[in-house]
Amino acid sequence: MAEEEAAEDRAVRTLPSLRRLSRALPFGRSYGRLGISSSGRLTVPALCSQESVDPQKTAFALRKAWTLYSVTPLYRFRRGRLRDYARLLSAFIAAEKQKGLAVEVGVELDIKVALSSLAELRGSELDQAALLVQLSSRSRASSRNSEDKLVWSGWFCSIFGDDFSENVPEDFTCLPLFLTHGAESYTSLVGSWFQKTFDCYFRRLAISPLNLSWMVAMWAGCKLDRASAVELVFSMPCLAQPLDISYAIHPEDAKALWDTVQKTPGEITQGEVDVFMDCLYAHFHRHFKIHLSAAKLVKVSTGVASAHCDGIVKILHSQYLPDVLMLLTELAISQIQ
Amino acid sequence: ATSFPSSPAHGTRVRATGELAAGCFPSSRIIRSPAAAPEEEKCWDRRVHLATSLPLPSERDHLRPRIDLIVFMIDIKSKYSLKNVETSLAYVDASFFLGKVCFLVTGVGRVNACSIEMNAVCKLGETYCSPVIFCELELEGIRASTAQRLLRMLQICAGHIPGVSALSFSLLMRNSNAD
Repeated sequence: MAEEEAAEDRAVRTLPSLRRLSRALPFGRSYGRLGISSSGRLTVPALCSQESVDPQKTAFALRKAWTLYSVTPLYRFRRGRLRDYARLLSAFIAAEKQKGLAVEVGVELDIKVALSSLAELRGSELDQAALLVQLSSRSRASSRNSEDKLVWSGWFCSIFGDDFSENVPEDFTCLPLFLTHGAESYTSLVGSWFQKTFDCYFRRLAISPLNLSWMVAMWAGCKLDRASAVELVFSMPCLAQPLDISYAIHPEDAKALWDTVQKTPGEITQGEVDVFMDCLYAHFHRHFKIHLSAAKLVKVSTGVASAHCDGIVKILHSQYLPDVLMLLTELAISQIQ
Repeated sequence: ATSFPSSPAHGTRVRATGELAAGCFPSSRIIRSPAAAPEEEKCWDRRVHLATSLPLPSERDHLRPRIDLIVFMIDIKSKYSLKNVETSLAYVDASFFLGKVCFLVTGVGRVNACSIEMNAVCKLGETYCSPVIFCELELEGIRASTAQRLLRMLQICAGHIPGVSALSFSLLMRNSNAD
């Protein structure tokens, strides 16, 4: 799996074009050119078929730390052939293990692959249904009746990725967001098979501090029954020893702050996010005389979800699962473009 | 603020001010890198004054030489640097904005560490009618070429290039940025 771009200590060898810089903006339908567009604005569209989403089906997505990737469109992917694909993928994994790419040391394991379509996990009708890949193992030594143990799961999805998919030619399936949970070795096996079979390309999805601040502002404003503290973790720059500062805020205070900042419900602007973050920074500075705005925001946690700049998220609340996935889809699309 | 002893002498000076990340002084590398000292026909003296914010302390006003160019440095990874530049701008005399100010955005090689919104920076450039230059200081080649650009701008601002004024050059830069 090509991850050379994820290395933290390598700046890009050539300057990214200015157009790409302007598109590195977070969620905003205003992908304007430099100097012309207004500040990013996110409107939250009404989600389709909210009521019919079966919480059982989406429970697998909650409370797990998912590693994020962006995926380019899959070529000639056929929904009807999921069983064939599962067979091919398990053969591929077995062959790779034969070659000596040992994924588990010691116990001999048979890896069983299951591919399934999740029709509920989509934003609009224009989105493709999500695709779930699960690797389970059954030890040969154990009895025949033993349960399969899930060792790795990954799923492709697209929530309101219609801007992207409508410009894509026929025969391509757009599922730009890929989430994995489990050993890295399995992730690269599954990823290489998909890359070979469907001519797509996976890339780790990093989340910039700017995007993290959008997430914390949005999620802190969500109404929750039992909310946990809103926590921001900053990494101090230019120090010999690494130093992290964790800034925890009572969830009700954070929500109250966001409510005073947000003007139009259902719409969020960059300016509002800036004001929200500036208030938090000013409060911290007043007490500790440290400018958090000069540090790097690396992780945010709220009762809705938590996100790390390396591209790891954990979604905690089923009600907001589609919203979180929508943000992540948009991030994945902007990384692909 | 660190400053080099500025003796009242002949020649032109440049004052580069900006926000410095703790522990590193990028602007000293830009202006003073030997690679960026090309052919110099005339004998003119380049001085660089670094400051973390404006206004400069008024006690030394009478000792300061003429300022030809102000470079405001904004680190893409630090929201604080943008805020600092915004407040410092208020202390700059209006006549400087006729081509003697430019914004240097550093750290653009690491888009994933971006803490500031690009639109805000470009709007700043528009509001103050000054060019915005993007660079990545960690890359030797880009550092050297950016230093050369700034030196060229400095020569124009100091009036050393016949036929090109600071104002006309800044208009040229802004028009080419908009393409």
